Order: sequence, then C-alpha cells, then structure tokens
Amino acid sequence: MTLGMTLKKAWLKLAIKLYIPAALNGMRYTLGRVFRKKATLSYPEEVHVPRKGYRGEHRLKKDEVGRMKCVACLMCQTACPAECIQIIGAPSPWPDREKIPVVFNIDMLKCIYCGMCEEACPCDAIELTPTFTKVCTTREEKIYDINKLLSR
Amino acid sequence: MADILKIAFVIVFFVLTLTPGMVIVERRLSAWMQGRIGPDRVGPLGLLQPLADAVKFIFKEDIIPDGADRLLFVLAPVMVLVPPSLGLIVIPFGNRIGDEYLQVANLSVGVLFTMSVLGVAVYGLAFGGWASNNKYSLLGGLRASAQMVSYELALGLSIIAVLMISAGHPNETMGTLDPRAIVERQVKYGWNIFGGGNWLMLPCGLIGFILFFVSALAENNRLPFDLPECEAELVGGYHTEYSSMKFALFMMGEYVGMTVMSALMTTFFLGGWSMPGLNRFLVGSEWWMGLLSVGVFITKVVSILFVYVIIRWTLPRFKYNQLMNLGWKRLVPLALANVMLVAVIGVLTQSPAAAAPKPGARAPIEVVQGGVK
Repeated sequence: MTLGMTLKKAWLKLAIKLYIPAALNGMRYTLGRVFRKKATLSYPEEVHVPRKGYRGEHRLKKDEVGRMKCVACLMCQTACPAECIQIIGAPSPWPDREKIPVVFNIDMLKCIYCGMCEEACPCDAIELTPTFTKVCTTREEKIYDINKLLSR
Repeated sequence: MADILKIAFVIVFFVLTLTPGMVIVERRLSAWMQGRIGPDRVGPLGLLQPLADAVKFIFKEDIIPDGADRLLFVLAPVMVLVPPSLGLIVIPFGNRIGDEYLQVANLSVGVLFTMSVLGVAVYGLAFGGWASNNKYSLLGGLRASAQMVSYELALGLSIIAVLMISAGHPNETMGTLDPRAIVERQVKYGWNIFGGGNWLMLPCGLIGFILFFVSALAENNRLPFDLPECEAELVGGYHTEYSSMKFALFMMGEYVGMTVMSALMTTFFLGGWSMPGLNRFLVGSEWWMGLLSVGVFITKVVSILFVYVIIRWTLPRFKYNQLMNLGWKRLVPLALANVMLVAVIGVLTQSPAAAAPKPGARAPIEVVQGGVK
C-alpha cells in the first residue's frame, strides 16, 4: 500500500469520525431537492392524467353500425377473479350472432381492475377506460348497468 | 422615545414577524425538499398561513388536564417565550442612526446577561413537563433539562473562546463582554470566525463557530437534537398536554430561541452588522446607513435560520447516549482545548507595545470594560 493510499484512508476515517463532511453533503443534497419537480398536484386545478393502458372503469364497445359488440358468451364473467360481472343473455335479433345480453351489471366496488375481462373477451367488446374519478353517494350507484356501460 | 421605538422594533420584527415568517418558510421548504408543495392556499404563496394558524390556535379549546399543577402549567409557556425575547435586548441589530445606537440596552456585561436569561428557558420546559401530570411529558421535561444543561457548557466555553479572540488582537489590551464593542472590534479588524484579524486564530474561530452552532441546535431542541419533544418516542414531550395558545407560545418560544441564537452567532462570529466591502456605507451616522446596517444584520440572521431549516430536514435524530457522548466527551473537551489554543496564540502574538500598561489605562487584569455609553 502506498503512502498516498494510507493517507487517503486516514483522511476518510477522520471525515467519517468528524461527521461534518457527511452532514454538509447531506445538506447539499436536501437543498438540491428544493428545486426538483414536485410530485404533488394541486388537484382541482391540475388533474392527474393516467398513463396509456391505465386500467380504470369499464365500458362496452359498439361496432361500426352502432350495435353492441357483446355476444353474452360469459367469458368475462368466468374470467373475473372478483366475480363482479353479472350477465343474463337473450336470443339475438340479428342474424350474425346467437345471443345478446339483456342484463350486464358490473359492480365497480367489487372490481379489482385487473383487466382479465378485457383479456378474456373473444370479440373485443369490453374495455377498461382511464376514468377513475367517478363519485357516488350510494353503493347501488356504483353497480353499472348495460346502458351506462354502453354510453361511455 | 427612541428607546420605545427600538423595543417596538425588536418585538415587532424579531418576535412577531420573524417567527411566523420562519414557520411558513420552514413548512414550504420542508415540503419542497420532500417533493411536496406545502401550504400555498392562504394568501399569496401561502404567506398568510401563519396568520390562519394563529387564529386557529386562539379559538381552540384551552385544556388543563386533571391533576396538573395549574400555576406551573400556566407559567411554563411564558417561561419558554420570555427569556429568549429578553436575550434579544442586548444584541446590536444595527450600527446607529444619528447618535442613537441600534441596541435596546447597552450592558457592559451583555454577553453574561444573554447567557443567563437563555439559561432560564430550561425552567419552562422542565415546568411544562412536570406540571402536565403525564409520564411522557415528564420524560420530555427531564430530557430537556439534562440536554440543555449539558450543552450550555459547550456553548459558554465557545463564547469564552470568542471573547478571548476579540481580546487577543495585538492592538487590544482588554477583553470586553459588551456585544457592541465586540461588533465594533470585528468591524475594525475582521470577523471573529476568521480569527478577528489575527490569521493564526483562524482555526480557533472556525472551531468555535462550529461548536457554538452545534450547541445552539441542542439548546433550541432542534433536530438532530430534538429528543425532548421527539414525536416518535414521547408523543410530543413536554408539550404533549398543551393545547390552544399555550402550545403556540411553546412554538413561538422555540422559534424566538432560534432567532436569538442566530443573532448571537451573527454578533459573536459573523461581524454583527458589518460586511467587508460595504463597511464605508455602514459605519457613518446617516439614517440610511443605519437602516442598511440593520438590513445586513437581518440578512445574516435569516441566512443562519435558513441553515437551521436545512439541517432539520437533513439529519436524523441522535440517540440519547450519543447526544450525551457528543456533549460531554467531544464538545466540552474540544471547547476547552479551543480556549487553551486561543490563549496561547493570543499571548504569543500580542505586541509588546500593547502588552505594556499604558498610562491612564486600566490594569489589564480587569477584563470587564466599564459600561460607558
């Protein structure tokens, strides 16, 4: 070991013992944090914009002529780990499918927003939107029915 | 008349303006350091937040717990707030306007006076802890008294060193305990933190300043030495049971204590109202020169308070044994060694002309300069 290294080691040992260099370094870091971007949003004025692919509340999609895409196959209901989807099917009025749902309820309070329903859907009819700020005053309001899901 | 104006300025500015200002600055800065925004709703930039806080404090219910010692319980917040405010009166917060020196009271033993009134503040914390009839408060009060007594020693010794630095300049024959004289010597020779004009004293000045600063942190119960009131262990320490304006008085006492300590540091080490390069605008007796010197003093005080805030939000709290180790085994011996070093350098560098007793001068044994105005 050279003399220089020994001296450096001794100096480092002294600096640790003194505590002041480390404290000054920490203070410099803390002061630097003052000028960084703040994580907090001033909520009513600034609204958080979720990233792409954020899993918020569901909607049911429509096809190009305005009919709902859902065929009441119950795949999403089966896939749902929280069992928040309730579907009752009925014969379809249109020739290209057998069934359509007459009741399609999603309990948003049970839902864990995992996106499994979206994965399971064979005809790309259900989707999770970035919406996450819908407020309600009763539990019943949070059970979205077919009209509400289609209208979003 | 002038005296009343000066007292009014000290109270209105140092106690009633700097304290709420300090509170809002601390809250905003700590928020920024943690990536938050902090209180910004009341007034422009949230500057009126302390006012809202004060209104809230006044309208809160004032509770005195069962089994509390009512007299001491009521007395404790006062004992915390008043002594630091008293300590402000001997500090020269500016040079002079006309013939009026900007200092409320010119005591020839000003340094001793400040130290003694600041020492009284510990009673407030001890009373508060004892009178609350609460285990945690009692522990907080105990810790507060032990800590403040321990660190007052290091504080006093570092002040002795700085007094000897200002006495040890080759051209001076006598030491002084008069804050104004100390500042005037620093104007003449240079700041005490850099050795008061004697470059051999530079390490002494720096060590003295660091010792004083650390002890001042401990005296004011600020992080990293806020054991008397640490929330995690003692709920709130000596002010756990206090509510409403009494609690606000405790807070104010703490912040006024910080202000006094910063003002003392400025006076003893950082040259008071002087500023190298600006001194020819500060030394005269014109009114604007006086105001400028007040501005310089306040700038220094505020900068030190700013450092206080940064330290608070940087360093973690010490354990109690570490606190006592640091106080008794590190700071006190170091302060004593510093005093010795200053004495040796002072004697060695004193010029023979200054050492010889001058005709008409008082004997050099008499350390205290008379209280001549």
